[in-house]
Amino acid sequence: MNTLVYDGTFEGLLTAVFEIYERKLYPVKLLKGEWRNSALFEEVIPVVTDEARANRVLRGLRKKLSAAGVQRLYISHIAEVEGEDCNVLGFIRHVFDSDQNIEEDYGNRYVMRLSEILKMVRREKHRMEAFIRFQKLNDGTFYAAIEPDFNVLPLLIKHFKSRYADQKWMIYDIKRNYGLYYDLHDTQFIEMDFDELNKPVNVIAAYSEDECVYQSLWKNYFNSVNIVSRKNTKLHVRHIPKRYWRHLTEKI
Amino acid sequence: MNVDRITEKLNILADAAKYDVSCASSGSDRKNKDKGLGNASNGICHSYTEDGRCVSLLKILLTNHCIFDCAYCVSRKNNDIKRAAFTVQEVVDLTINFYRRNYIEGLFLSSGIFKDADYTMERLVRVAKKLRTEHNFNGYIHLKSIPGASEELMREAGLYADRLSVNLEMPTEAGLKLLAPDKNRQDMIDPMQFLKKEIIQNAEEKKLFKKAPMFAPAGQSTQVIVGATSESDEQVLQSANYFYKNFNLKRVYYSGYVPVLADQRLPALNTAVPLVRENRLYQADWLMRFYGFQVNEIVNNQNPLLDLDIDPKLSWAIRNMQVFPVDINKADLLMILRVPGIGLLSAQKIVAARKFARLGWEQLKKIGVAINRARYFITCNSNEFEKRDLTGQNIKQFIMASSQSKYIKNTQTQLNLF
Repeated sequence: MNTLVYDGTFEGLLTAVFEIYERKLYPVKLLKGEWRNSALFEEVIPVVTDEARANRVLRGLRKKLSAAGVQRLYISHIAEVEGEDCNVLGFIRHVFDSDQNIEEDYGNRYVMRLSEILKMVRREKHRMEAFIRFQKLNDGTFYAAIEPDFNVLPLLIKHFKSRYADQKWMIYDIKRNYGLYYDLHDTQFIEMDFDELNKPVNVIAAYSEDECVYQSLWKNYFNSVNIVSRKNTKLHVRHIPKRYWRHLTEKI
Repeated sequence: MNVDRITEKLNILADAAKYDVSCASSGSDRKNKDKGLGNASNGICHSYTEDGRCVSLLKILLTNHCIFDCAYCVSRKNNDIKRAAFTVQEVVDLTINFYRRNYIEGLFLSSGIFKDADYTMERLVRVAKKLRTEHNFNGYIHLKSIPGASEELMREAGLYADRLSVNLEMPTEAGLKLLAPDKNRQDMIDPMQFLKKEIIQNAEEKKLFKKAPMFAPAGQSTQVIVGATSESDEQVLQSANYFYKNFNLKRVYYSGYVPVLADQRLPALNTAVPLVRENRLYQADWLMRFYGFQVNEIVNNQNPLLDLDIDPKLSWAIRNMQVFPVDINKADLLMILRVPGIGLLSAQKIVAARKFARLGWEQLKKIGVAINRARYFITCNSNEFEKRDLTGQNIKQFIMASSQSKYIKNTQTQLNLF
């Protein structure tokens, strides 16, 4: 068993694939992160990300998969679902080892697993599109903090940019400490230094004048539309798991 | 802005609107125009109430003043409740400000009938017009078409709204006569007929001129209340099927009657909401729309009621054991869709995956098939399959014993209340 350690980027992953085929390293275990921190007694091979090699692998993938198939693979990787690198790698190997396009070979465990990962990631993305609650700040920016299970912020750009085109907004992933900012023209990723007094959750001091009014109206609305005689807590919690509540205006 | 007054109005008019179950915000294809606000496409449920229903739209009445006296409705003329009315501007402000905070997908505006149909409809249209033209709002708008409103107003409504709906209220004409003597079924059917015609005409125009204005791009829907009158499921589903076929409806909603008023024509106030029945009706509706079932395969003279213990697909399967077992690796998609425990997505995955290799139990399980139900009805790439000669009744018993129905507990708590 060879253990490969790569930097966590998609290019890094593709470089690792290149190394595996070039040096015939199989069976293989793939890990993310600094190679120094890995287990002591295994032989660890660090992968140095190499754009030229990554591109060669990417070209190969494009020949064997549809454009949507490559996109799906990319999404499954950047979402950083923990412990799935080996399955993503298994999928890529299955792609290269087959003569035909294997995207729909759901009887294969790697293809099925990738479809499961994709389902999880898309659900999380969709939840963010639903559960993000903007708060209007006094400079007119609409601000929302999120803590998604997976790294879905990059997948949210298109939706929010085409929807809220006429307002400045910022979505900040406080778990991964980076955010997305839209300035009425374009979006960019940003990192902010929050000191103790200026934590992203303590934005109340910066609220616009009418922010509290609309929050309170929304809470009222939420309570008014409930039909008590149909109460179904299990279903309620299945739809909005409790970990999302702390950022939901109506559940705080 | 008088916050207390708005809050009170919102509470009254949201409370009165909540028995309308339509919540869809999908099916439209409205793009964000000129860097304005919002768009509408696939539909998003932004929140869920404690009863587990989704909150997608700001669903309110413009007013709960009403000249009608329908027995099943909280806003009936003779009901002694607080009345309120929003101004057009108030609805616009609420919609825009909720939308900007990502609380909602758009607006669902209905109203009690004050003065007459045209007067009411004109106000609803004015809200939609203001949102679209003055605020460049491209989010979803669902308007109620008021029975009896003029064709000019209905046409204007279609230009601003994504979806229009008229509620049939009762599954049959007799039911309507009994509970809503002031209302006339034909008055509800006329606007549906008109909208159907306009929508088809608009689609034709769209083919010729890409720039032709959109007309109710998300189509029309309706709602029937079940459990308030004595219709059988067969009558309810036949009626739904009729409207799907003849009026191109996108959806028929089934609303389990929530006892809100004491009236000798209605179930008593302490009657439980028929939640299981409602759920079975939706399952049957899905079978009709997505699984290729004919309505009389689901309910007919011999089986006028849906089985409450098991879902309608399983129910159909155990009445038709002669078509099983189905070979997963050979049968066509439509047959696989009829197997209990296999859903739409699983069926599509099966048909795609078997081109690569024959599928066995392990793969079917991974694909998402509910094996504990499907195993009585299929064979696959394995020597293990159900070899006993079981009757439909046996299978029903086995499946019910091995699965925990989410309803059994529910029914018990409902019984315990009384």
